[in-house]
Amino acid sequence: MFGLDLQTIWFVLIGVLFTGYAILDGFDLGVGALHLLTKTDEERRIFLNSIGPVWDGNEVWLVTAGGALFAAFPEVYATAFSGFYLALMLLLFCLIFRAVAIEFRSKQPMLWWRRMWDVSFSAGSLLAGLVIGIALGNIAIGVPLDVRHEYAGTFLGLFNSYAILVGITTVALFMMHGAIYVVMKTEGALHDKVRGWVNNSIIFFIICYAATTMVTLLYVPHMAEFIKSHPVWFFVPLLNMLAIANIPREIYHGRDWRAFLSSSAAIVFLLALFGIGMYPNLIFSSPVSEFSLTIYNAASSEKTLSIMLIIAALGVPLVLAYTISIYWIFRGKVKLDSSSY
Amino acid sequence: MDLLTLSRLQFAFTIGFHYLFPPLSIGLGLILVIMEGMYLKTKNPLYQQMTRYWVRIFGLIFALGVATGIVMEFQFGTNWSTYSRYVGDVFGSALAAEGIFAFFLESGFLAILLFGWNRVSPLVHFLSTIMVCLGAHFSAIWIVVANSWQQTPAGHHIVGEGLNARAEIVDFWAMVFNPSSVDRVWHVYMGAWQAGAFFVLSVAAFYLLRKRHAEFAKVSLKIALVVAAAASILQLVSGHESAVGVAKNQPAKLAAFEGHYEESAPAPLYLFGWVSEREERVKFGVAIPGLLSWMIYGDASAPVTGLRSFAPEDRPPVNVVFQTYHAMVAIGFGLIALSWGGLLLWWRKRLFDLRWLLWVFVFSVLGPQAANQLGWISAEVGRQPYIVYNLLRTEDALSKTVTPGEVITSLIMFGLIYLLLFVLFIYLLNEKIQHGPLEDDLTIRRRA
Repeated sequence: MFGLDLQTIWFVLIGVLFTGYAILDGFDLGVGALHLLTKTDEERRIFLNSIGPVWDGNEVWLVTAGGALFAAFPEVYATAFSGFYLALMLLLFCLIFRAVAIEFRSKQPMLWWRRMWDVSFSAGSLLAGLVIGIALGNIAIGVPLDVRHEYAGTFLGLFNSYAILVGITTVALFMMHGAIYVVMKTEGALHDKVRGWVNNSIIFFIICYAATTMVTLLYVPHMAEFIKSHPVWFFVPLLNMLAIANIPREIYHGRDWRAFLSSSAAIVFLLALFGIGMYPNLIFSSPVSEFSLTIYNAASSEKTLSIMLIIAALGVPLVLAYTISIYWIFRGKVKLDSSSY
Repeated sequence: MDLLTLSRLQFAFTIGFHYLFPPLSIGLGLILVIMEGMYLKTKNPLYQQMTRYWVRIFGLIFALGVATGIVMEFQFGTNWSTYSRYVGDVFGSALAAEGIFAFFLESGFLAILLFGWNRVSPLVHFLSTIMVCLGAHFSAIWIVVANSWQQTPAGHHIVGEGLNARAEIVDFWAMVFNPSSVDRVWHVYMGAWQAGAFFVLSVAAFYLLRKRHAEFAKVSLKIALVVAAAASILQLVSGHESAVGVAKNQPAKLAAFEGHYEESAPAPLYLFGWVSEREERVKFGVAIPGLLSWMIYGDASAPVTGLRSFAPEDRPPVNVVFQTYHAMVAIGFGLIALSWGGLLLWWRKRLFDLRWLLWVFVFSVLGPQAANQLGWISAEVGRQPYIVYNLLRTEDALSKTVTPGEVITSLIMFGLIYLLLFVLFIYLLNEKIQHGPLEDDLTIRRRA
């Protein structure tokens, strides 16, 4: 297809699935990260109900991306998940707690009960974003792999400064994205209040973004190699910067919906940059880069990749169709009613 | 404890806990379709109230299913990464297909079920209920296909040698329709329908005993009883088919089901017993001679392969498999008796008169849950010592970089979280049940 080999197509498709996850669960993790900043019970309920009908559908993107990774690049799936064992468990812990908090908070009126789940929801969301970012950071800077592609590092080794920087940047990105989403879904005083948060989160994100970019160029030069040698691709970082720059502009003009599209676009281009930087590696090995897992030494057979392509061709349009319908059905500002959380 | 035991324990524990919820959502999904369908047909608001009530409970169950299900998917990679490398080419596509074809469908339309009452027309809502029900069923297909491939691998070949060996797909449809998938999908479906039906039966019977929501409870109970009776009898058929398939494809497992040691001889069917693995025989057992041979081959004197045909290191832990299998079958028969007995009393117009029967109905919810767990244990333990039958041993499937300490940490973590989840689940379920159906649910406004 388009003169690309199957492995490259699957590299892109897995990227698309993880991008879908980052855009969708990104905003609801962001809403969670901001949750404790709200004061009243009603505000918190509006926050929860803004993501109410969609959050578990958003998480399905992670499940599907995980499944697709298992099928298309089993070596990567095996190496990453067993190598990052405790980190993954931490992520699962956060996601479970968060899911349960959303479901359980509204079931009892007691203050302590709601407080407890508010904290679980917010801490779970924040920490999940951080762990995801730290994993991305490690994959980019490189982790020690042995000749059999097994992770040869330690748990604490995952918490290097670069990975933590990427982790914080991810949290900042999700917070900004989530704040914009809430602005879009609210009205009145809460709307105006969250608009203020959007501006702060944009500043926070841009600082992190600039720092990460600088540090990457200086200390992780292999991530920029491809674009340096193929300058045509400079349009990706350019579009990325334009998308980010457009967010405060749309917010200023009160066009919440377009601000949300811009921050979604920013996520798309950020992950595209990540993908371009990694290609054809999937997990970069450092210090011995020859042991890296690439789309060729980690892929399933061509047969499996083509079967999966058929599955994707049938399934993805359906998924998009009903994802869009559901967002359409639940469009508009959040109104609390008897079926709300 | 060693890494193998710990990882197996963790997998058994997390999957056992997870498996409390999916059968309930599959079974309840079907009942929701029936109830809402009746509402659209009759316009009787009682059915709408029932649908809304059970949708709320469905939402709770689904949330727990998702939260614990993500763990399952990642665990293949975290604890069984050598297995993942070995089977990814075959197994991964079924898992990915589940995500694409089932999970999105279910979770997407669930939003309309839960939150869409005022946003879509009754017909669109009903269609969403059907989609959620289909999604739950599709998801079982792909998971059971993946698991059945582990039981009876087909459609693949092995490439590479020794540590680098892995399965590669040759024929996708042969993999999907491997020798045990169809039987096992039906078996799982019927178990799930039973789980859903007896759950509704239990709650409805509770209301009748407490003399609350009588009209609501009677109608719910009748619907549940019909589904329970149908699923229980069909389960007998599918259970039989599955056992015949196991005899053909996994003779060591079948021999373990019945504690049948003789290399090749007509086999009795034990009603119960205790297997002494050291003495290689069943003690304290009551058996019907030749019945197993007859059930599998239609001939009471037909020889059945016994455990002595397999080297001791290739045999599953026999007593566990024997006991769980027999307990499952016993519960299955109990559920048939209970549901058909209920139908008989309904026909005699005495269904709601017997208080003791209503009490049995209340506790019957535990039956399918226990049978599902026990059946799952006998199926999975019966496959040992292989993780992929005759191809890959469980001990060779572990992650190489994970330490026992890490597994203990995560095991304790899951133990605590799941305990908390379980307590909360029971607590909230109880709240919802005590609260009962809402008056509002009889008359809700919908945007025309």
